[in-house]
Amino acid sequence: MPKIQDKFKELKSKNEKALISYIMTGFPNENTTLSIVRGLVNGGTDIIELGFPFSDPIADGPVIQNASTISLNKGAKIEKFFRIVKKIRKETDIPLILMTYTNVLYTHGYTKFMSRVKKSGIDGLILPDMSIEESKDYLKSAKKNNLDTIFLVSPNTNNTRLRKIVKASTGFLYMVAVFGTTGVQTKIHKYTIDSIKNAKKIVGNKLPIGIGFGVSTPSDVKKYVSVGVDAVIVGSANLNIIENTPPSKLQKRITEYTKKLKRSTRVGKAT
Amino acid sequence: MKIGMPKDGRFGDFGGKYIPETLVPAIEELEENYQKFKNDKSFQKEFDYYLKNYAGRPTPLYFAENLTKFVGGAKIYLKREDLLHGGAHKINNTLGQALLAKRMKKKRIIAETGAGQHGVATAMACSCLGLPSEVYMGYKDTVRQRQNVFRMDLLGCKVYPVKSGSQTLKDAINEAIRDWITNVETTYYLLGSAVGPHPYPVMVRDFQSVIGKEIKQQMKNIPDTIIACVGGGSNAIGTFYPMIGNGVEMIGVEAAGQGLKTGKHSATLNAGKKGVLHGMMTYLLQDSDGQIKETHSISAGLDYPGVGPEHAYLKDTGNVKYKSATDREVINAFLTLTKTEGIIPALESAHAVSQAIKVAKTKSKSDSIVITLSGRGDKDIDIVKQYLEKNAKNSR
Repeated sequence: MPKIQDKFKELKSKNEKALISYIMTGFPNENTTLSIVRGLVNGGTDIIELGFPFSDPIADGPVIQNASTISLNKGAKIEKFFRIVKKIRKETDIPLILMTYTNVLYTHGYTKFMSRVKKSGIDGLILPDMSIEESKDYLKSAKKNNLDTIFLVSPNTNNTRLRKIVKASTGFLYMVAVFGTTGVQTKIHKYTIDSIKNAKKIVGNKLPIGIGFGVSTPSDVKKYVSVGVDAVIVGSANLNIIENTPPSKLQKRITEYTKKLKRSTRVGKAT
Repeated sequence: MKIGMPKDGRFGDFGGKYIPETLVPAIEELEENYQKFKNDKSFQKEFDYYLKNYAGRPTPLYFAENLTKFVGGAKIYLKREDLLHGGAHKINNTLGQALLAKRMKKKRIIAETGAGQHGVATAMACSCLGLPSEVYMGYKDTVRQRQNVFRMDLLGCKVYPVKSGSQTLKDAINEAIRDWITNVETTYYLLGSAVGPHPYPVMVRDFQSVIGKEIKQQMKNIPDTIIACVGGGSNAIGTFYPMIGNGVEMIGVEAAGQGLKTGKHSATLNAGKKGVLHGMMTYLLQDSDGQIKETHSISAGLDYPGVGPEHAYLKDTGNVKYKSATDREVINAFLTLTKTEGIIPALESAHAVSQAIKVAKTKSKSDSIVITLSGRGDKDIDIVKQYLEKNAKNSR
């Protein structure tokens, strides 16, 4: 069974929801990435999203933009990225997702790139600028390499379109919580809750639903879990910690923060 | 595929809609409304009214007799888009889109700008039609084109300097897209070139096609050659599109900056590779990992690592030839046109002038060349002055 699907099944049996942690590889530098991953794993995260930087990340807010720029300035290259993933794979079996932008894949050729991705130990892909209309070749190559294709849906996605996106998605469905780019938000909007409820009706048991963009605190996690999401995705908040913590304390701080978030994904008794 | 008729938003391989999901409903709404109003008589009538009475159309097609004599070859004509209100062809598109936005009942207009010409034209169209406007502009461009920043200020338009990335047009587009994602329900994104996700490249082309249509009417005979500068490529596609299939030699001119071999240029079609940026598949200046490269051009309006998808298609089909002009050649063409004709061209347009001078020399006196003079050069006076002073020093 594919690793991401497997993970959701395992969590369901434990009556837990998934915590998905995003980090930018090579931010603040290549060596730190491995210790951040250790911090996340020790904190009990369920799935890790590894960002590979793109020069023009239009779906990202200032925090991830800044991390992308720093990673690129430090010499981020796809070859280095694969090396990092292989190192991570030697230490942990946790599901790994690559998050980047379409041009990075297109430039290398979808088929060639995805076979490299698979070999390095990645389980799925997220491309925020890949619309289903343009996804034919992408889907074909991903399928061939048994990689999950995780598409995003937005609060303004209509139901007809939502059904089409669900059809193209494997692993889980990525619900964008807000009208906006990635980044820490101060409130949870009613429209977000409504769109989660609607998506659950449409999607049913076909696919887990993860919520991301602006999720940063244990209380955010609790709130989203209470309305029935299967996963919460935390990104910019991790990068804020990484940016503001001295390297010697970083792994520990990440573990502590991840533990707090993870605790809020435990639903308690089976319902 | 019939040339110029995109299928599923694509020109051959190029174009498409590579966009974050949040923008999909907005793009669909735009496409639907554009299709509806494109052939609507009252919309066209209103558009024509503003083009004529506000922007100053039709623009003259001027026989540049002095320049022709100076060069000594084909007859050179100038399509005087520089005489339009605002000083460039950009107003053709901003009036069209602002009228559309109004009919779509959008309350807020955002735009990006490079040299500031599109920003100014957006601010003007919005003031004229009673819409509020906000413009993103690369920080580097706000410095080198500060006169246009002040013009936008005066026009009541809010200008946001963009400090991310290369701080030029590409980054201004990124920031405008982010704003649009955030305010998608209230905001109309008035994109200034024939780039971006479908339907923008088609829509901008259609609004700019008035240039080529007028040239056809104004020339007694179809010209032998027609030349326009290409950054994103809106004035060029507006010039070329009505001419396709008429046997006219068409040449687009990109910015070779300090030279194609130096890497410091913006000549996307001459030196780029296929890729995806700003919602479209097109030729891009990028590295081996697909990271977009920083570009260089003396003209801020051409300083862009991508190009309109229809140009990418016309290059591959061979319908249009794409050449380039270096900063030095551009300055020379700028000075030549200014001195021979008393017309100060925008540095963007001077790229086309430079190529026209080269081509005219090789042709006979019975041949004719039309240059689309996309804008006037008042905004570039400081840049030219600096360039000349620097080079005078260096050659001492």
